[in-house]
Formats: sequence, structure tokens, C-alpha cells
Amino acid sequence: MSTVGARFARLGRHYLYFTGCFGAFLLALTLLEKGGMPRVWIGYLFMFATIVLYAVIGVLSRTSNVSEYYVAGRRVPALFNGMATAADWISAASFISLAGGLYLHGFDALAYIMGWTGGYCLVALLIAPYLRKFAQYTIPDFLAARYAGGSGGRGNPVRLMAVGATIIVSFTYVVAQIYAVGLIASRFTGVDFSVGIFLGLASILVCSFLGGMRAITWTQVAQYIIILVAFLMPTMWLSAKHIGNPLPQVAYGAVLPKLAAREAQLASDPKELAVRAIFTARAEAYAQRIRALPASWEAGRREVLGELDAVRLRAGSLIDIRATERRVAAYPATAGEAARQWSEQQAANLARALPPEPHATPFPGPDREQSDSRRNNFLALVFCLMLGTAALPHILMRSYTTPSVRETRVSVFWTLFFILLVYLTIPALAVLVKYDIYTHLVGSDFSHLPNWVSYWASVDKLNPLIAITDINHDGIVQLAEIAIDGDVLVLATPEIGGLPYVISGLVAAGALAAALSTADGLLLAISNALSHDVYYKVVDPAASTQKRVTISKLLLLAVAFIAAYAASQKPADILSLVGAAFSLAGSALFPALVMGVFWKRANHAGALAGMVSGVGVCIYYMLHTNPILGGSVASQWFHIAPISAGVFGVPAGMAVLVAVSLMTRAPDEHSASFIDHIRAPE
Amino acid sequence: MTMPTDPSSRALPAPPAPPATAATVHPLNPGATADAGAAAQRQLAQLAARSRHWQRTRCLTFALLAVWLAASFCSVFFARELAALSLFGWPLSFYLAAQGAALIYLAIVGAYAAGMRRVDRRYGRELQQQSGPAPAPEPGMPARGETS
Repeated sequence: MSTVGARFARLGRHYLYFTGCFGAFLLALTLLEKGGMPRVWIGYLFMFATIVLYAVIGVLSRTSNVSEYYVAGRRVPALFNGMATAADWISAASFISLAGGLYLHGFDALAYIMGWTGGYCLVALLIAPYLRKFAQYTIPDFLAARYAGGSGGRGNPVRLMAVGATIIVSFTYVVAQIYAVGLIASRFTGVDFSVGIFLGLASILVCSFLGGMRAITWTQVAQYIIILVAFLMPTMWLSAKHIGNPLPQVAYGAVLPKLAAREAQLASDPKELAVRAIFTARAEAYAQRIRALPASWEAGRREVLGELDAVRLRAGSLIDIRATERRVAAYPATAGEAARQWSEQQAANLARALPPEPHATPFPGPDREQSDSRRNNFLALVFCLMLGTAALPHILMRSYTTPSVRETRVSVFWTLFFILLVYLTIPALAVLVKYDIYTHLVGSDFSHLPNWVSYWASVDKLNPLIAITDINHDGIVQLAEIAIDGDVLVLATPEIGGLPYVISGLVAAGALAAALSTADGLLLAISNALSHDVYYKVVDPAASTQKRVTISKLLLLAVAFIAAYAASQKPADILSLVGAAFSLAGSALFPALVMGVFWKRANHAGALAGMVSGVGVCIYYMLHTNPILGGSVASQWFHIAPISAGVFGVPAGMAVLVAVSLMTRAPDEHSASFIDHIRAPE
Repeated sequence: MTMPTDPSSRALPAPPAPPATAATVHPLNPGATADAGAAAQRQLAQLAARSRHWQRTRCLTFALLAVWLAASFCSVFFARELAALSLFGWPLSFYLAAQGAALIYLAIVGAYAAGMRRVDRRYGRELQQQSGPAPAPEPGMPARGETS
């Protein structure tokens, strides 16, 4: 016990020392900025200093021992395991996009907060302690041991199904993380997007390649500290500025009524109404052109081509010619293409013609039916996110790393605690920034826009993070004239609060840490599934431990490069599917994991059928209802959005698992004693 | 979440068959009847203690899951009705979805860790007493390759 205590104290000292150094680094940079260091240098320094830091931790904890590589030697104290899991969990989406989602969608986006925290109840109560008692290496390991049967009684079919699910889920997720790394790096340091990706990749690789789970764990603890400081500092500052109370989680309740009053005022403001009328007219113009297809497409094409000729004839400037050529190139190539583009434009204009929705009102809608539909979608999304959380392999894998079952339970508590430190702040940040924009930016003069607006408007030329155009030419900013990308919220908070640029660099470092830490965990989950479950357990069970670790490292390298290559292609389809990964994970793994512990009668055939049908229903629903995948909104069941396909997939998987298990032979004695073992106290 | 009732658990606390591996740990020797009787009795007592432990675990788990379900479902399903109430300035439904539910989840996970610690300690001691001074190794899979 005393050695455990000493280890804990030593780790605590190390990380306190680290936090101190980080503070000193921040202070030094603040002084340097005062001394006139250019902004871009601060961006570079943050990016390189943190990446070097993660690499150093990776090198210090390098290992080629199997147990250290796969499960960090099973001696990570609960508190630190909780911190590492929290960093594993807080992805780029949580850090950057969640607050923006709350800003844009109000109450509806709270489904993510509820779903992504409530899932930990299921992890703690139903899965994590039993995985730790089992004490192997991966999630497919657990399922294969529980549902031993099939070829040679080693549960290989179930194992391979679980490996497949792990890879599909983790791969979409890791591509999104690496993509975020590229975005953050290019926005803050101005390096090329793909250079940013490969810089991030280098840091991920040094860390996980050398030390596997052990290096990842200790890096993630450091990353969590950076994430926390980066998220809390600007928000606390903003809260102190607006409310006079530096605890935003407690204080933002005071701003909500003021925000609601301002929203009501803006909803009926005559100038706002005028801007919205302009957007309605634009949408109507697109609707007319769509109705007049294909003649309107022909006419439009002739018109742009005519303009090009005219510019060439009058020998206009090169810039003019180029601009007109670009317009010709951008013009839809076919009438069908035109119909698609124009209806998108019509929808975008119609969306901007709507009055702001009240932030804190649950499920606003014109009638009871639409309001009910929004509530049902909220419930379905919460359900899917919770069950998906409880089935994500890179999170569950972490239950193997603590010294005992008891520590695993405590570790889930600490995980949720550390996640909540950030998650409870996110709604506060959204409300505070919304209030700031609604009261200070709206109504201000176009010639005196704040600095942060012009800075962030110019950062990403293709998809501007914020764009303000004077639609009704009155020289004053109206709310309806602001087009804002949710991501800018967190990135610009330091400047909105009037903090020095160092804090913006800190936020970028935090976002980078969030993306890198999640990518680390995901890559390890994929490469472990391939090396341990496919190579060692199926292909070559006689492989030496040395060979297993080497294979695992090589696979990690390969998967990392494939993921980075996929991310560098900016795949819109993969990125839009990240939300769906939760439904997929829940449908594939959750029934088999939970019934494996709580129902002795569940057998190999049942588990296999349950997994197949869960995934099948989930994918079928997504394909049939997601417009991106070629489905249509009209074929939705109960008006449930495709992202919540798990709401049908999980019950289907559960029902099929039960039915098929009951129809086939009960599992043998070996399975029964296995279940008794994982249920028994230590 | 729906948890189908567990048919095998209705047969508890008398599990249908002693675990095969446990039988190999305590081989019944037909020659020494007194010894064998005591061993069999010890084994039965151990099984009973185990099934009581599992029953307590399940009770705690399902009770806390009920709280989890109520907190998640009710706060969303009745959100429009709860919006009229206010808590320290927040509309109640907004507060529950943004922070309240998450804090309840944290309390659930904390209560589970504390409760299971008590349950494990109590039945762990009971099991150890029954298995004599040298506790029997747990049946199941030893972790392979850990020591390499």
C-alpha cells in the first residue's frame, strides 16, 4: 500500500511541477508579447512547445513490454486514469464545436451535454468493473472470452465482428481528429493545412509508437491540464467582465433573463425585420429560378457567358476577367446540378430569414406536433450518445489500466468529474458570448467593428468563420446580418473578453491537445484490435511477446498514415458521419457487452446475430434517411433524424440477441464459470 | 434503457451447477468422507455468499439505473412544463439539461463506487473466511503474458 501511496505522491509532484512550468511559460510569453513579439511567433511557439512536450513524455515512457504497451502495466492510479480518460474523451468537437453548437441551436444542443455525460453512468455501472475483473487487453478479447463458441470454441467470429466495429467507429473518429489538428495548426500559425496534419501526426506517433498505452496515459494527463487551463481561463475572464463573478458555471444564470429580454427585443426590431425580408425575397428568387428549370439554367448560363465576352471585348483589367471566369466556372454544369445548388441557396437564405430562437426555451415550434417531434429527436439523440459512449472501444479500453476493480470504479468517477469541469462551463460560455454579441456587436457601427471580427473573418478564406455584410445598407450591424460558424466562439473568446493574444495561443494549444489526445487513444484502439485480436489471437497464436509488440507498432504506423492521408483529402462525407459513429458503436457493441455480464443465457449465436442485426438496422436507417448518403427525409420513422439511428439499432440488436440465444443451445459450463468469475468480488 | 428480465437470475440464489473450475480446485475425495463433507459444505457456503453478493450488486446497479433513467427521461420529456419553474435564475428545464442532469450522473457514479466498495468488502471477507486460511484462486482466465 505504501508503495502505491508513494507512487501516487510522486506522480502528483511531477504534474504539479509540470503545471508550474506551464504557468511560467505562459507568463514569459505574456511578457514577450508586451515586448512586441509578433502574433505569428506566439502561435508557432505554442504549437511547437506543446508538441515537443508530448514527444518528450513519449520518449521518457517508451516501452516494449506487452503489459506496459497494451494496458500501461495496470498500475495507473484512479485519479490519473480519470484525467487521462477525460483527455481521451474531450475531442476537438467537444472543445471547439460544442459551445458553438449551443450558441447556434440553443436548448437542442444540450442533448450533447446530457448524452456525453450520462453515458458514463452506463460505463461505470454495467461495463467497466467487469472488464477490469476480466483483466485482458481489448474489448474484442472480452466478447470472445464470454461468447466462446464458433470455430474451435475460441469465439473468433464474435471477436472479428467486434474488431470490425472497433475499426469502423474509431477510424471515422480519428480522421475527424486529425482533420481538426490540421485546421487548428493552419488557422493559428498560417502553415499549410497538410503540413499541420503531418506535424500533428509526428507528435501522435512519437508518443504512441514508442510507449503505447503507457506513454499515451502520461501524455494525456499533461494534455488534460492544458485543455482545462485553456478552456477555463478565457471563460472565467469573460464571466468576471460581464457578471463580476469569476465562476461562470454558477454565475451565468444571472445573464439568461437579460439574454431572453434582448432576444425578444431583436425578434420584433423593425430593422431586423427589414433584413429578414430581404433574405425572404432572395429565397423567393431562387424558388422562382428552380420552378423555371431548365430554361432558367440556360438563360443564366447565357448571361454569365455574355458577361465574359463583354469583359473581354472591352479589354477589361485582368482581375475583372479572372473574376468573371471564376463565375463561369462556378456556374452549375447541368440543370440537375443547378436544382441542387439553388435549393441549397434557397434553404440557406430562408434560414437566415428566421427570427432568433429563444436560447433557453425547450423545443420551440409553431405547433404542438413540431415541438413534440423536436423533443423526441432530443430524447433519441441523448439515448444514442449515451449508449454509444458506453460502447466506444478507446474509452472502455481504459478500464484495463487501473490496479484493481475498485480503482476502476473510482476512476470512472474521476473521469466524469474532470469531464464536467469542462462540460459545465460550455453552456456558460455559449450564453456569455451570445449576450456579448447580441448587446455589443449588434447595433454597433460598421466602421467600428471590433478587431476580433476582422481577424477571424480573414483567417479561413474558403469557409469564413464569421461574415458580417451590410444587407440593408444602413451602416449598422443587425443580428440577421451576422453569419457565424460555431467554431469561432471558443477560438475568439479571449479576444472578445479583451485578453492578450497569448491566451488565444493558449486556446489553440488546448484545442490541439484535445484533438491529439483523442487521436492517440483511437489509434491505439485500432492498432491493438488489429495486432492483438486479429494477428495474435487469430493468425498466429504462437507469436512471441516481442513480435506482438513490434507488429502492433508497425500497424499503428500504418493506420496513422492512412488516417492522415484520409484527413488530408478533406473528406466531407467522413466528417459528417462522426456523429453517426455513436449510433453505430452502440448498436454493434452495447447489447453484447451488457448482456454478456447480466444474462448468463446469452450465447455465441445470440451475440453474433445481435451484433449483425444491430449494425444492419442502424446502417439501413442511415442509408435510407440521410440525404448525404442518398436517402431521403421522407422515409424517416417517427421523424427521427439519421444521426439517432441507434434508437432503432440498439433495441433491434438486444431483441435479436435474446431471441436467438433462447432458440439455440445454452452456453456451456465454461461460460457460466467465466461469468461467475467476473461478477465475484476481488 | 430496457433491460429484459434475466431468466437465469430467477433461479438464484442456488445456481444450477457449481463452476467446473471450482470443483478442480477442491477435488472431492470419496475416501475421506468427513473431509469431503466439510469441503462440500464450504463450497456450498461460498456459492451462497457469491450469489448474495451478486444479488446486492444487481440491486444497487438497477436502483441507480432507475435514478439515471428518471433524471434523463423526465428532465427532457417534461422540459416544456418545467421551463416555467426557475432555480436560482435559470429556467429549471434548461438548468437540468445543461448542468443538473450531469451533476446527478456524477452523484450516481460516486454512489456506485462507494456502495460497491462496501458490498465487495463485506462479501469478500465472508468468502475469504469460508475458503480457509489460504484463499482459493479465482476460477477464470489468468492473464497471459503479463509477466514477460
